[in-house]
Amino acid sequence: MLLDAQHVTKTFGGLVAVNDVSLTVEPGSIVSVIGPNGAGKTTFFNVLTGIYKPTSGRILFDGAEITGLRPDQITQRGIARTFQNIRLFNNMTVLENVLVGMHGRLHAGLWGSLFLTPAVRAEEQSARKRAFELLAFVGLERKHSELAKNLPYGDQRRLEIARAMATQPKLILLDEPTAGMNPQETGEAIHLIRRLRDELGITVILIEHDMRVVMTISERVTVLDYGAKIAEGKPEEIRNNPQVIEAYLGRGAVVA
Amino acid sequence: MRALSASSPLSALNRGPLAYVLLTAYLLLTSALLLTNTRTSLGTDILFILFLLGFLLIYRARVAGLYKLALGAIMLLAIVPYFGAQNAYYIELAIQAGIFVALALGLNVVVGFAGLLDLGYVAFFAVGAYLWGIFSTDQAAQFLPGFTPLAAESFYLFLALGLFIGAFFGALLGLPVLRLRGDYLAIVTLGLGEVIRVLAVNLDRPVNITNGSQGIKSIARPPLPDVMRTLLPGLSDPQLYQLLIYLMALLVVGLSVFVVYRLKNSRIGRAWEAIREDETAAIAMGVPLVRMKLLAFAVGASFAGAMGVLFAAKQQFINPPTFDLLRSIGILSMVILGGMGSIPGAILGGMLVTLLDLQILPRIATELGALKRQGVVIPDWFDPAQYQRALFGLLLIIMMIFRPEGILPDQRRSEEMHAGAPARPSGGPDQSN
Amino acid sequence: MAIAQAIPLRLSQRSVRNTLVGVFGPLGQVFLFVVGSAVVLSAIIIVIALLLRGTRTDTDLLTATLVILPQVIVDGLVRGFLFATIALGYTLVYGVLEFINFAHGEIFMVGAFSGAAFGTVLAAAGLLPNIPPLLFVIASVAVGMVVSGLLAVIIERVAYRPLRGAPRLVPLISAIGVSLLLQDGVRLIANVTGLGFNARFQTPNFGPPLQLAQIPVTPERNIPLILDVRALIFIVAAVIMLLALNYLVNATKLGTAIRAVAQDRPTASLMGIDVNKIITITFLIGGALGGAAGILFGVRVGTVNPYVGFLPGLKAFTAAVLGGIGNITGAMVGGIVLGFLEAFVASYLSLLTAGALSGASYADIVAFTILILILIFRPSGLLGESVTQKV
Repeated sequence: MLLDAQHVTKTFGGLVAVNDVSLTVEPGSIVSVIGPNGAGKTTFFNVLTGIYKPTSGRILFDGAEITGLRPDQITQRGIARTFQNIRLFNNMTVLENVLVGMHGRLHAGLWGSLFLTPAVRAEEQSARKRAFELLAFVGLERKHSELAKNLPYGDQRRLEIARAMATQPKLILLDEPTAGMNPQETGEAIHLIRRLRDELGITVILIEHDMRVVMTISERVTVLDYGAKIAEGKPEEIRNNPQVIEAYLGRGAVVA
Repeated sequence: MRALSASSPLSALNRGPLAYVLLTAYLLLTSALLLTNTRTSLGTDILFILFLLGFLLIYRARVAGLYKLALGAIMLLAIVPYFGAQNAYYIELAIQAGIFVALALGLNVVVGFAGLLDLGYVAFFAVGAYLWGIFSTDQAAQFLPGFTPLAAESFYLFLALGLFIGAFFGALLGLPVLRLRGDYLAIVTLGLGEVIRVLAVNLDRPVNITNGSQGIKSIARPPLPDVMRTLLPGLSDPQLYQLLIYLMALLVVGLSVFVVYRLKNSRIGRAWEAIREDETAAIAMGVPLVRMKLLAFAVGASFAGAMGVLFAAKQQFINPPTFDLLRSIGILSMVILGGMGSIPGAILGGMLVTLLDLQILPRIATELGALKRQGVVIPDWFDPAQYQRALFGLLLIIMMIFRPEGILPDQRRSEEMHAGAPARPSGGPDQSN
Repeated sequence: MAIAQAIPLRLSQRSVRNTLVGVFGPLGQVFLFVVGSAVVLSAIIIVIALLLRGTRTDTDLLTATLVILPQVIVDGLVRGFLFATIALGYTLVYGVLEFINFAHGEIFMVGAFSGAAFGTVLAAAGLLPNIPPLLFVIASVAVGMVVSGLLAVIIERVAYRPLRGAPRLVPLISAIGVSLLLQDGVRLIANVTGLGFNARFQTPNFGPPLQLAQIPVTPERNIPLILDVRALIFIVAAVIMLLALNYLVNATKLGTAIRAVAQDRPTASLMGIDVNKIITITFLIGGALGGAAGILFGVRVGTVNPYVGFLPGLKAFTAAVLGGIGNITGAMVGGIVLGFLEAFVASYLSLLTAGALSGASYADIVAFTILILILIFRPSGLLGESVTQKV
């Protein structure tokens, strides 16, 4: 088990956003978390990545307890994420965005940076090289000096993924990676996500509304509604689950 | 600066050999005029400003980097000192400008790079100044019985120490504000700055550490190196002292510029920019917010700490009113005027505001006084030198409305500062959760 | 306005009782905090005095503490209400715009100066000695409210509105600029008009201070517990301002519109509310409240200078944060608590440290220390709700 979230609950004042959700993810798998808007999916992601502390419950990652750790500490352990509403560093270039993602894996400190020691110089060089490789993986290498905010929407999503990859994660959480995409872009995104797992061995958890994506690449689907888990299983089982259909299967209920 | 953009008529002058010729001619002309008019007057003031404008031209000219460096070095290390030897007023101006340029560069790290609006920055300046002031006079003996004032030679050691003490206090004062959002951070840092000032005024009881509102006097200056006396026999000791302080100020400024450029292009600089752009995304990408913010505070404060030591040695007297909120806001105005996050901007802002404050306004006041004596009717209350707050206030408002990115903006910050930037959901004072 | 049609129906349905509770309820909260803080702080100070009793031989620390305690409480109350009234303006603007109007302290100061000018004009016309004090207070408060209210509106139009979409720091810096400009601007005007830097705030005679009680120091000697009439007027006026503001925000059409804009500006605009007008009105009210506070301050203190708004402004901001920024009752509560804390520190610090530390100087730092502590440990303040950021 790579990720083991046990009975995670998150309340804000009187509102129970995540209600006793348990989730396990095996390494090398691609799983989806779906549910109507407001079901608590993103909040759940936020708890997993340390942006919120769970009100109760435990989270174990790769055998170690990560409950209550800070987001940057969790990223250090190997969990990366993208955001539902793209949060790129708008006024930094594509390349710089990826380099920021590498922050936790680089070691240049104050003195090294000031004196530009050979070690730091070498590190910066190899960092840039690796950043270019990551950009090539998502197909953005030619736009490396563009400002992030000037990228078209689809490219921005890809950049977010490249940036998350830069943190060298074992697990990547993608929050609605195909939101707002046309069918062709969606297909490319599916292909990219598969490559993350197939070529790089990264485990993927998706939050998705596009059922085509969910059905196509997920090995397992977990359904949340009003913060609680109402179903879990293979995509075909979920598709025909009356409770899920009742809760609201989201857009694209008719899958091609 | 639009005049020098690629598609304007002036840009035709900024190309090829013509650029070299025009630049060098301008500098030669202004230098010559300056060196032949050394009396303090309105005319010389204008010449001095035109001369300093040369630095801006050097910056924007399309000539080889090495050439720019050479020209700049000649101006700073030959012409200004030579001119200053003839007229103490102007080299004093240059020293003050140097001090505040370093302060502006330091605040620029906190405000411009990391995006943390520090309104209490002058506290670190005070710490450095009091550090030297206390230990180089008999003030230290007031609370450390038997302590003898340190020899003036230890000034150089203390200059370095000022860096570290400044950094320490920077981190210390940064600790409580780490999780606060922009405007709350500003108010709290303002409060902290005031706390330091109140402490400076009141720490004369029960133990006399700062000598309260009386301040500390007879602060030691670094001893004059003999080599200076031998190299420049024509200059008196006071003139040599001024020159020494000027060179020291230049040294600290140079060091600051070096540090700032190196950091900006490093992993640390990227982390700061990411924090400024979007803290939540930054921390999700593994950037340790606390450490990076503290680092920004510490680095920025270190410049102020070192300059504080130099300032104390130069003035030879310090007291609490020197380190008040208005001073912090003055330094902030420099950064804003020049351009937040822009290194050349901070230098320009530092020079401009200092000149405005110490040269242009007092000159206007003097000229008005002369006019009054000649019979022109000017009301008594109209004294521009007295209205510093109005000056800074207007400057801040006008800059924010018309050119929030500053005069010499960082290329990318220009658009970031205007209305229409994407709005982020927000809540109370807590930035992160 | 779409929302206009909905409101009258609701208001008429709401019972008189509910309105009364909504408007006067907060008063109860304030009263609770007044009594509570006074009691808690008194208890703390008595305990400290008891603990330190043995260290002093020249006076009995406990008696000395007890003797001045009632006056300290009164002093705290007076200070507290000053902060509270200024804080109301801060919190109203912040509640609607999420913007700290750094210049609010100066708006308060301008109000005070306008009152000084008013008093001077009256005195020059020979009317001052004959005017009934209460009428004078009401008239000058009106003057202050009008002047400061208009000033706030102008500032909003000129210095804040152009910056509304910009990153948050931009309008804040502009506000700092406005604050500085006002300080020097008033200094200039004061010099030109002959009011002078330290302008006298002339008032009719309010009579001798009220003697509230007699405190026995020794079996033979009593110290009177005094409350200046002007301070009393201050307190009463502050309470009226709180009630009026509460009524406005909670029980009127305008108040609902203000709250709508505060909660969700785009949606309020979609509902037909003229957002710009509401913001202007908010500044008008906030400025007017600051002006009223300025007048009452001037009446009580007797002289005003251009820098008189800076420190109280900052402390009032602290009070607003302490009580829960955006919460009107919180502004008053925060002000009271801060006022008490300051009064206690000012009076007792030197007493308890045998003169080693001067209370008057360190009292100023109390506010800043509180601000830092609150923002670290309980950013939502005493009465505010916990706000979390949606990611």
